[in-house]
Formats: sequence, structure tokens, C-alpha cells
Amino acid sequence: MATLRDEIFPIRSSDDIVKVRQVTREWALMQTFSLVDQTKIVTAASELARNTLEYGRGGEVRIQAVQEGPRRGVRLTFTDQGPGIPDLAKALQDGFTTGSGMGLGLSGSKRLVNDFDIQSEVGKGTTVMIARWK
Amino acid sequence: MEKRTKLAEMVRNQHDVILKDWVESQLNATTLRRELMKESELREQSREFLSLYTQSVQSGEGIGDAAWKPVKDFLGQITRSRVLLGFTPSETATFIFSLKQPLFDVIRSTLKDPKELVADIWATTTLLDNLGLYVMELHQQNREEVIHRQQEELLELSTPVVQLFENILALPLIGTLDSARTQVVMENLLQRIVETGAMIAIIDITGVPTVDTLVAQHLLKTVAAARLMGADCIISGIRPQIAQTIVHLGVDLSEVTTKATLADAFMIALQRTGASVTKSAVSQPKG
Repeated sequence: MATLRDEIFPIRSSDDIVKVRQVTREWALMQTFSLVDQTKIVTAASELARNTLEYGRGGEVRIQAVQEGPRRGVRLTFTDQGPGIPDLAKALQDGFTTGSGMGLGLSGSKRLVNDFDIQSEVGKGTTVMIARWK
Repeated sequence: MEKRTKLAEMVRNQHDVILKDWVESQLNATTLRRELMKESELREQSREFLSLYTQSVQSGEGIGDAAWKPVKDFLGQITRSRVLLGFTPSETATFIFSLKQPLFDVIRSTLKDPKELVADIWATTTLLDNLGLYVMELHQQNREEVIHRQQEELLELSTPVVQLFENILALPLIGTLDSARTQVVMENLLQRIVETGAMIAIIDITGVPTVDTLVAQHLLKTVAAARLMGADCIISGIRPQIAQTIVHLGVDLSEVTTKATLADAFMIALQRTGASVTKSAVSQPKG
């Protein structure tokens, strides 16, 4: 798998979330994603960036434009050193939240992308990787 | 005190030379913005600053001293005007830093004792550095004020509530719906519902590029609040890609009437309020 472009962006404020959305859209466009695919990956990026900020107390996102054979895709890896998630299965249930949101960010993002992987350790932090292919 | 008086005296005696050299070095600097500021204005500012500077050098030690207040106030004035004119921080600070060379020249040519010379040059350079930093900070502050004002203006501008017809309001949303803006949007809409007694409010999200769960939650809360005030909401401007994304996210908008376009939403609103639109034959103007 070839990486065409690879950059890391901080997530420290709500302005950074806007930036993540803009960059994700730009890169999805670069990978010639359709409007629907663009919107899906941008929305998932928005959800996860907000989770990183609100629940992970800030962190960073690595955005990669990747190619695997004829497939082109965008991959995002969100990392924080926050409190971690004690029960992943529960966190991935629709409607479950420890905050004031709708409880659909994590589970909804999973449905918006092709690849989804989450690693979390209590006290250490959380890493979420998503990828959407054209 | 005696030393300061001496410094001030030196500057006063050589006032014309210093002013001439200083203005010249500003006019020759790469940071000069001839298109933004007239030469006469620059000359006038330099002259006024130098006379204030001479007074303050005599009576005050550091720029924190009260004696430097007139100098700082004057710098405040010219920095503000330069920010508005579009000067960069370095262009603004050059005003202060370019004074070093002419002052040093005068000190060097007047004082013969090396110890005295070094001490005076050191005192002068520290002063001017501090004034330069002060100008930089002022510049930054002024820029931040401009940005802050623009943000506030945007907040106001971007949330107009318009009346489409009797009893029908429309709220065209544009851009990112972060919490601060949503609050303003919600307040504006509710306020207008009270003022107009509208029965239906159409929230158009054509201009909102991303609808994630936070945006959806804000929308649902706005709809719920409007309903409590006796007005029904219709959400319009749901494009195909947004519809698909909302479904995948699992957000339930079934409680709310939604339409693809503002025109569709308007037709529904007219029906509900008992109004109707009819087409009549239009007579062609005779050529």
C-alpha cells in the first residue's frame, strides 16, 4: 500500500475541528471521491475529532492519502492521551454517552467508513483509525 | 539623574541632525510603505515622537515609569492608525528601531570617555528595544481587536431571520454551526417567533457543509424550543449526500418535517397556514 500524502494536525480547540474537516474534504477531493463519499468521511472525521477534544482532552490526527492497487482512500488516525474508554462495547452502542451528546458519534462514524479500528486503555488514552475507500 | 539630563541634552542639541537622519533611514528602509502613508505624515510623526522622547529621557528611567506615558500614548495612536492602514508588525516596529542608528551616532560623536559611551549606548538601546517590543505588543493587540470585532459582526450577520409570508419565517443557515453561533441562531429565531407570532419557521441548511451529530442535536433542540413557543419547524436544504450521512449516523429526524429545497418547504408552509399560490395568465407586454 502506497501513502501519497501524510500529515499530522493537532486537535486542541473547536477551531482545530473545523480545520480537520476542511483538510479531510480537500484530501478526499484530491483522491477524486464522490460527493457522498466526501461527505461521509468528513462527517466521521468531525465526530471523531470532537471526541478527541471533548473526551480525550485533546490530541492529534494523522491524515493519510493512500493507494492500494487501483483503490484510492483517505485514512485518519486520531490519538489522545486522555482517560481511555473502560467498556468499548458499550461505547460503540447507539445512544450511549457519558457526555451530553446524542451518543451516536462513535457508532455512527463506524457506519460511515469502510475500515474502523479502536484501541483504548484506561488511564493511557485512545486511538481510533478510520479509512474510506473510493 | 545627571546622566539622564546629559543624554537628554545631547538629543536636544542635535535634535535636527537626529531627525534628519532618522527620517532618511525610515525613507530608505525596505519596510517603508509609501503607498500607505505620506512622507509629510511620517516626518510629522517622527518630529513629535522625538520631542516626547527627549522629555521622557530626562525624567524617567524605564518605560514603565510614569514619565514615559506620553510617549506610550503617542505610540498607541500611531500603531492603531498603522494597523488600520494594513502595516505589518515589522513595518510598524521599524519606526522605533530605525531611531537607533542616528541616536548612537550622536552619542558616539559627543562622548569621548569609552566607559561613558558604552553605558549611554547600552541605556539607549535597552530603552528603544523596550519601546519596540511595546509597539509589537500594541500591534498584536490591535489586530486581535480587529479579529474579535469581525467575529462578532459575523455572528450577527450570519443569522438573519426573514419573514417569507404572513406567519412564515425562514432561517437560512450558512457555514459551521459551532455552539456559540447556534446559541445566537436559536435566540434570534425564538425572539422573532414572539415578535411576529409566526406559526411556521423554515430552517434552511443548504449552506451548512457538514451535518454531524452535534449539528443535528442543535437543530433538534431548536425545533423543540420553537415548538414550545407554538411554532412548527420545517428543515429544508437536505441534499442527497447529507440525507445518506444522517441515516448512517443513526440520527432520527422523523419527528421533524424535512424537505429537499426551501421552495418545497415554503409550499408546505403555505398549505398549513391556509394560503395558496395560483398562477395566472400573464399578458405579454406589447412591443
